[in-house]
Amino acid sequence: MNTSNSVSPDRQNDTSNAAIPLSVYDLTVAYHRKPVIWDVSFDIPPGKLIGIIGPNGAGKSTLLKAVMDLIPKASGRVQIFGKSYQKNRHRVGYVPQRESVDWDFPVDALDVVTMGLYKEIGWCLPVRKKHKVRAMEALERVGIADYARRQISQLSGGQQQRTFLARALVQNADLYLMDEPFAAVDAATEKAIVQILQEMKESGKTALVIHHDLQTVPEYFDYVILLNMRVIDHGLTADVFTPENLQKTYGGRLTLLEEATETMRRREQSL
Amino acid sequence: MNVIREALSQWNWYLDGWIIVAGILCSVATALLGNFLVLRKMSMLGDAITHAILPGLAAAFFISDSRSSLPMFVGAVIAGILTALFTEWIRSFGKVDEGAAMGVVFTSLFALGLVMIVQAADHVDLDPGCVLYGAIELTPLDTVLIAGWEIPRVVAVLSIVLLINLLFVICFFKELKLSSFDPALATTTGFNATLIHYTLMTLVAITAVASFETVGNILVVAMFVVPPAAAYMLTDRLGRMIVISVILAVIAAITGHISAITVPHWFGYGSTSTAGMMAVAAGLLFVLAALSGPRHGILVIFVRRQFLAWKILAEDIIALMYRIEERDPDLKPDAGYLREILFSRAWPTRLTLYYLTHQNQIAGSDGQFELTEAGRDRERQLVRSHRLWEHYLVEHAGMSTETIHRQAERLEHFTDRQLREKLNEDTNETDQDPHGSPIPPEELTN
Repeated sequence: MNTSNSVSPDRQNDTSNAAIPLSVYDLTVAYHRKPVIWDVSFDIPPGKLIGIIGPNGAGKSTLLKAVMDLIPKASGRVQIFGKSYQKNRHRVGYVPQRESVDWDFPVDALDVVTMGLYKEIGWCLPVRKKHKVRAMEALERVGIADYARRQISQLSGGQQQRTFLARALVQNADLYLMDEPFAAVDAATEKAIVQILQEMKESGKTALVIHHDLQTVPEYFDYVILLNMRVIDHGLTADVFTPENLQKTYGGRLTLLEEATETMRRREQSL
Repeated sequence: MNVIREALSQWNWYLDGWIIVAGILCSVATALLGNFLVLRKMSMLGDAITHAILPGLAAAFFISDSRSSLPMFVGAVIAGILTALFTEWIRSFGKVDEGAAMGVVFTSLFALGLVMIVQAADHVDLDPGCVLYGAIELTPLDTVLIAGWEIPRVVAVLSIVLLINLLFVICFFKELKLSSFDPALATTTGFNATLIHYTLMTLVAITAVASFETVGNILVVAMFVVPPAAAYMLTDRLGRMIVISVILAVIAAITGHISAITVPHWFGYGSTSTAGMMAVAAGLLFVLAALSGPRHGILVIFVRRQFLAWKILAEDIIALMYRIEERDPDLKPDAGYLREILFSRAWPTRLTLYYLTHQNQIAGSDGQFELTEAGRDRERQLVRSHRLWEHYLVEHAGMSTETIHRQAERLEHFTDRQLREKLNEDTNETDQDPHGSPIPPEELTN
């Protein structure tokens, strides 16, 4: 790998992994002794859009949270660009699941985006004009600058998702972890988000995205991880996104899921 | 009025002044932190901590065998922090939700504290009533000398606590905002949300201890939660919410004391507890805020809905009269005739007719009405909106001609001139709707 040349050679173990945005080895997470994810291991390639696919309750969000040390690991090791998460967390940006956000919190879109810069601003120091300018630029990039001063519950689903995407953008990370950025967004927003993900990829960023709509997987992602408590398979989309693997991942639930997706699609179109 | 004057005749600037100062210091210090308790949905934890400091206080009595402040303070703060810790432990180790965990912790600690205090009361001068309800009225009696000024001890303590809380909220505004809104982002960007959580809880415990002599152990919860909750109704920006909660806290303290010494006299009773009336005043402010808040206010929503209903009724009346005029130019309908067709109630119809007459859109004589030129203009614009929408719905939304009338009927009421111009562009300035009826022009050219 060419990038490993630029990394200082004094730490053997680090240099070998420094180009790998995320390396998960033997990760197990349990709630009340019941495992949620079990023996999960994978490396992801840099500069790619990677989808995590799996049924509800497969442990997708748990995986992302365990990677970020937000919940305790029962066992296993996580490395971000060859170092522990704690050492390299400044290189990680996070877009939370929309259910986990308190939409009635008294902040506007600009406030939320500015939060992505708090780390850079530092403890106790106030948000300055230049930070707000940068947050505005990010909102412009995702196309909702006009709504910067709206309280977040007064934004549409798509605008809300774009706000959090803008927040991840100002963090200027190298690896982005996104928990269902396409949930509850309109078609225009979905296109806009995909466009931004592509731009991020072109500038060398890596994005790990939890995704639900199986039909768009081949179109959006270069690489997929199929998860159902364990990693069923991972690799290039063309290689692993196969009917057999999907059957293994979703079990008997696939047809039902397809049906539900289809019904929802029809209902949306009729609106 | 005489009774009020009589009650206020006992007003003493020294005594009442210090009581109000103590009330304000206490309510502002608690409200500042309370904002974050409310936003973190942890009002109950504030409740738990304020109750659970009781055994801390009692233990300090037993150990130091005195009412000296420092051991009491330390004991109570430790108990408060332990409550937050215990709650978290029980929640994460036992399979119970946070509310149940808190219920277990703070009722046990509170009961333990009560038992200890009743025991202690036998040999130390401590009144359980004062602990529970505070003794703000006694504030001016216990003074200390600071820089040559004789200041009530409680006021001195509360001033320090208020200053600490103020500095905390100002200095860590950004961190509090982030960790309250998104603890995950706070932690992942290096602002330890757990650390901020326990710092906040420590300050809540300290403030509760400092307040228990004024408003007591139970009412302090009202001071923590009610002004911020009311402020939350009135604004949707955090900075403004904190400022408003402080203003409401000050108002509650002042009106609380004044009403404590006046209101009972109206009914022939003596003065009542200031702390109690402060909590009542805060509660009333909350009710006012809940009714009148700009976004969630019940009154505001009601009024907004009424206005919309009247606007639609007015437009329906104009439209109906236009059609009547088309069919029979000599028929001048009265209110009853219009109501029969529109199924509208009597007084809104009459009010709307009065309003329309006032706006010169209709003219009435002997209870019979006819459209004026302005009224016909407005109707033409409504018809134009309606038919442009029908065209748009068929062309751009792919709806069938049978289903569009009802949609257009609703949309026409929300369409202004600007939107009509846009619609006109989008429908290629057509002059016919999908049913073949002509779309009238925006202005008559003659």
